[in-house]
Amino acid sequence: MGILSSLIFIPLAGMVIVMLIPKENKWAIRWTATIFSGIPMIQSFWLTWDYFFNYSGSSAMAYVEGPFNWIPSLNIQYFLGVDGISVPMLFLTGLLSCLSIVASFGIDKRVKEYFAFFLLLETGMMGVFVSLDFFLFYVFWEIMLVPMYFLIGVWGGPRKEYAAIKFFLYTLFGSIFMLVAILVLYFTSEPHTLNMLTLIETSPALSHTLQMVCFIFLFIAFAIKVPVWPFHTWLPDAHTEAPTAVSVILAGVLLKMGTYAMLRISWPMFPDALRTLSFWIAVLGVIAIIYGALVSMAQKDLKKLVAYSSVSHMGYCMLALAAFSSAQAIAGCMFQMISHGLITGALFLLVGVLYDRAHTREIALFGGIGSKLPIYTGIMVFFSMAALGLPGMSGFVSEFMIFVGAFGALNKVLVGISVLGVVLGAAYMLRMVQNVFLGPFNEEKWGGLTDINLRELVTVVPLMVLTLLIGMYPKPLTSLMSATLENLITLMAR
Amino acid sequence: MTEHAYLIPLLPLFAFVMVVFFLRWKEPLAAGFSIAMILCTWVMSIWVLIETLARHGEPYEFFFYITSFASLNFEIGILVDPLTAMMLIVVTTVGSCVQIYSLGYMKGDPKFSRFFAYLSLFCFSMLGLVLANNFFMIFIFWELVGLTSYLLIGFWSEKKVAADAGKKAFITTRIGDLGFIVGLLLVAAYCGTFNYGEVFDKIGAGVMPLGVLTMAAIFLFCGAVGKSAQFPLHVWLPDAMEGPTPVSALIHAATMVAAGVYLVARFMNVFIGSADASMVVAVIGIITSVLAASIALVQNDIKRVLAYSTVSQLGYMIMALGLYGYDTAQGHHSAGYVAGTLHLMTHAFFKGLLFLGAGSVIHAVHTNDIQEMGGLFRKMKATSITFMIASLSIAGIFPLSGFWSKDEIVVATSHHPIFMVLTLTVAFMTAFYMWRLCFLTFFGEPRDAERYEHAHESPKSMTGPLIVLGVLSVVAGWVALPWLHHGFSSFVYHGEVHHAGPNYLLMLISTVVAVSGIVLAWLVYHKKAISADALAEKFRPIHTLLYNKYYFDELYDLILIRPILAFGRFWWSFDARVVDGMVNGTGRATILWSDLKEWFDVHIVDGAVNGCGWVVNQAASKLKYLQTGAVQFYALFMLLMIVAVALFKFEMTRVATTWPVLTAIFFSGVVLLGLLVRQTANKKKTADVLESDK
Repeated sequence: MGILSSLIFIPLAGMVIVMLIPKENKWAIRWTATIFSGIPMIQSFWLTWDYFFNYSGSSAMAYVEGPFNWIPSLNIQYFLGVDGISVPMLFLTGLLSCLSIVASFGIDKRVKEYFAFFLLLETGMMGVFVSLDFFLFYVFWEIMLVPMYFLIGVWGGPRKEYAAIKFFLYTLFGSIFMLVAILVLYFTSEPHTLNMLTLIETSPALSHTLQMVCFIFLFIAFAIKVPVWPFHTWLPDAHTEAPTAVSVILAGVLLKMGTYAMLRISWPMFPDALRTLSFWIAVLGVIAIIYGALVSMAQKDLKKLVAYSSVSHMGYCMLALAAFSSAQAIAGCMFQMISHGLITGALFLLVGVLYDRAHTREIALFGGIGSKLPIYTGIMVFFSMAALGLPGMSGFVSEFMIFVGAFGALNKVLVGISVLGVVLGAAYMLRMVQNVFLGPFNEEKWGGLTDINLRELVTVVPLMVLTLLIGMYPKPLTSLMSATLENLITLMAR
Repeated sequence: MTEHAYLIPLLPLFAFVMVVFFLRWKEPLAAGFSIAMILCTWVMSIWVLIETLARHGEPYEFFFYITSFASLNFEIGILVDPLTAMMLIVVTTVGSCVQIYSLGYMKGDPKFSRFFAYLSLFCFSMLGLVLANNFFMIFIFWELVGLTSYLLIGFWSEKKVAADAGKKAFITTRIGDLGFIVGLLLVAAYCGTFNYGEVFDKIGAGVMPLGVLTMAAIFLFCGAVGKSAQFPLHVWLPDAMEGPTPVSALIHAATMVAAGVYLVARFMNVFIGSADASMVVAVIGIITSVLAASIALVQNDIKRVLAYSTVSQLGYMIMALGLYGYDTAQGHHSAGYVAGTLHLMTHAFFKGLLFLGAGSVIHAVHTNDIQEMGGLFRKMKATSITFMIASLSIAGIFPLSGFWSKDEIVVATSHHPIFMVLTLTVAFMTAFYMWRLCFLTFFGEPRDAERYEHAHESPKSMTGPLIVLGVLSVVAGWVALPWLHHGFSSFVYHGEVHHAGPNYLLMLISTVVAVSGIVLAWLVYHKKAISADALAEKFRPIHTLLYNKYYFDELYDLILIRPILAFGRFWWSFDARVVDGMVNGTGRATILWSDLKEWFDVHIVDGAVNGCGWVVNQAASKLKYLQTGAVQFYALFMLLMIVAVALFKFEMTRVATTWPVLTAIFFSGVVLLGLLVRQTANKKKTADVLESDK
């Protein structure tokens, strides 16, 4: 079994083992889950390292497994491989999954099922990022919904059922469109195939109408996942109701699957349609940036604020994707995906830390807790600064690259408007920081709060380090991706 | 040394890291280390200046790292030219004085070490900004300066006003940065590089059409408007006085706000390409200057007066640079560049001194309100004398440093009469409000006896820096004596060296203006020959307007902040009601649709199925009576059927006539049957009844 298969199947094996442990033995379950998400994490680190030194020079798929026949009568294959855009995503998935599992140690309700679902979720995420067969991709894409549904629906907040069903149905609704597009692609290819690499070669030959239909259908499916405005309303609900670690995974990995899929599948497959629609995609991106920021500003719930800021931040990704002819923009999009995963993941973890202690997330109820929780506050301010794009942190690198790239490739006024997001971002982040951490302290009410503990620090510090590292020295990441991105840009320019 | 100039920003950064991670718990060590580092950078800056002088101002550029990404170069490098060398001296001198001063001022503060860490971080950012050799790098440090000022203004974050002021500063300057970013994007899009030299060459070669260049220049200037607190983004600076006083001195008087002026000076090549953009710069500068000086006339908070004074002086510098750009674009010589940069330096010293002096006063009397002070000269000799030196300097009294730089600015306006009149008006107002401050604070009778009783001179660590800055406030301007042929104007200059000789007439005019301002202040506030209250009463509307700072804060609150917040809430409810409403509506519609289908299913589809069953059931329940067991009945039935079949068989062809017959027979048969059935049923019933009777 190759390394990519093992990334998929080790968490799955972990799930089976967790299910075999008696449910009273909570510590055994927690540690088993940690180990079985720790192994893929280390593997993904190694993979990134190895890819960087041995494969990043070319755009060819690395660590290819298959294609093995899976359903021979339909020519469906088990076909895995990674390149410069999937490796960073695997890194992010491996890291965030393990950190989230550590952050879930506080879960005390139906522990066994929780961790089993979590490991299944990891299997699905890993699968999406390594599949090169469209059908296989679809299977993993759908598999993830099930554990996610239960994780939100069982362990969530007061409106968990509503949020879980909404998330599930909304994504499923999008998947139908993907399925139709898959079928169209399957039947128009000769011989019938769902091999993505082959499809990317052949599908630009399709008629313009057919390209448009497939592109739009795939766009709907992926846009719901991103989520692109106006398909975003499942996100605040799911984020707010989900338990902390699940929010982290949602923001850190799941949203990226949408943009990843665009970049991997629909963008290079249908360059004609892309050209026709790129302006409107950019408009959607700019709307998301401004709209998400404005709505964030009006939030009263800490977690919802972070959720809406995700809408805004993913808007930058869409803007970058619309500027598909610019290497800077596309690289900026990748950077934004990673940096948003790190920063927003951390923000959700931190909000969870506060919620565990205060049992509320109402911004107005806090104030001045900075003097009581100095370390926690320091970290929170750090990530707020990262989220508002302060230089030296990863968010700045991505935003700046996106602006530069999009400015050259798209309507300048449109991009100029999107820069407003920078001010609005500062406004809602600083308002939050001020209302929660600064100002007079209510000793009576919050005197009992304790500062962040070691386990929570362990989950957050790696994200801080990476945020700084990418912000200070983005070069390794750009060189890891550059060959792949160049190839992608040539494909999209066809 | 110049080749190691990168160490200049790195040492304070090192101090920051050391203090935060290792020395935090040992307060004296933390402060000592931080001060040692800034003193090192001060020595190095002097060394760099000497070397730059020895090179005759030849720029020295050094690249550490260049990475090209998709045909756009990102660099890390340093550029040391006379402007940089001058700024290094300014930042490190004021920085050192402020850090030493803070030893005394911040003594006993629970966040003492952190204060020094932030100061070091600020010095790092500011020095990096000054040394940067490209647009991208200067923007990075620019933002870091914003961050540190946020941290320092809101240092006493338990105070709501302080936290508010920090937030306001950060967001307001970010509005300016918005323009800065767009300017950068234009530069990148048209020039394909961020390096100063390359960009300026390309702009010189005309890669940007004039319209774009004008826009780029104005957008870049937006950054300066934010950081240097120019109209209309000046509102954050006076509020920033909520930070500890050394911070006000360092950031909001001497260095950070100077960054905007530095930016305009540094990007001068962009501005000289566009006379329109330069005129915008100059106009914004003079508007700011007049506006702020007029507000300063009536304020009672010692730090606020100084804050508005800073805004006003920054407007001077910006105006001078703008006029330089305009005149140069028109092909004239101008003293504006030299004037702006010289005033940047001299102002840093005397304004730093004024703030530190104000801090010393506040430290002694524990109030900011000058109406509660008075007579402090007798108690605080060193503070008073240095403060008054700085006041003379800022008022422009010969031969203090402010005189020379202000004189240059007046010279720079010589082609623009309106600007000159306004400049002199501001000079008059400056002299007046500064000496109003001096008279109210240091002279006359104490207006608050209790505060006066407890007042005392500050410790040596605080007066020491005052004296150093006092000396600099006197002598710093001498580098630009108009009789010097190799003075400041042949060191820091732009384009060609242009040395104009002394203009005695202008010197005389500006001296007269300054002295009359001081005299008026003396008459009003010391001699009391004119009653200040009566004046205020006479000009009540104007006084109210000025006292309330032209209501800018209220205006912005009304036309910007509230609408934006309301806008946010509006879009939120839009999101919940309309966007999410559509999603939920789709969900509800689906449920409704399936309810409808369920009804259809239950009543129509299943109804049909059940209906069939019902019909069969009903039919069976009636027809069962045919099974009577009476043989005659069966025989009759058979007969009828035989007849029917026979008729049907043989008369097939004659359908038209046969059917009625057939039908008649059939129905008569049925009727017959019915009768029979009834009869038998009755029989059976009676039989049943009889049976049950038994």
